[in-house]
Amino acid sequence: MTVVIVIAGVLFGVGAVAALWRIIRGPSALDRIIASDVLIATAMCAIGAQMAISGHTDNLPVLLVLALFTVVGSVSVARFISTRDDT
Amino acid sequence: MTDDVVRDVFTAGLVLLSAFLCFAAGVGLIRFPDVLSRLHAATKPQILGLIAIVVDVAVANPSAATITLALAIVFFQSLTAPIAAHMLGRAAFRTDHFRRDILVVDEVSSRPGPSRPHSAKN
Repeated sequence: MTVVIVIAGVLFGVGAVAALWRIIRGPSALDRIIASDVLIATAMCAIGAQMAISGHTDNLPVLLVLALFTVVGSVSVARFISTRDDT
Repeated sequence: MTDDVVRDVFTAGLVLLSAFLCFAAGVGLIRFPDVLSRLHAATKPQILGLIAIVVDVAVANPSAATITLALAIVFFQSLTAPIAAHMLGRAAFRTDHFRRDILVVDEVSSRPGPSRPHSAKN
């Protein structure tokens, strides 16, 4: 079981660092938004993995809140970036 | 005893699947050339990774409250993530954040309507 934890931790870590790198380097704001989406998704999956492995489900609502954060963030920036006000 | 082992193996498999998806998304973010193709990488862990984790949690301790909250999470995420990805793609298309040389089919520009990128003179 610890092998699984180590492998999952390394994979989550590399995914998060890659997303962070894209946030820093991303030429346009849209890259940054997409990378932050991936970062939050990785965080959600990591929290979920920790819950699944340790067997408790205390921070299941955290996943729900993060899911809604991701969407509201990217939708608001997408509306901000797209130049025409297509309401 | 075997029920525990089966559950452990199942949980480990799903956690590894989700971890690999997040890793692939990270690599995809780095390697893909432009914004539109990076959207592919961004949406994968959001949906399948989340479903893997939520099924994991539901399997870890199946109680009614956990399963309903897990279903709510999956429902909201699979309802709203496509909307966000669609708006990002449209914003990227309109502000010309993609490379035309690797664009195979351009269905949007040929059709009349507001969603043609400004710089496209065709």
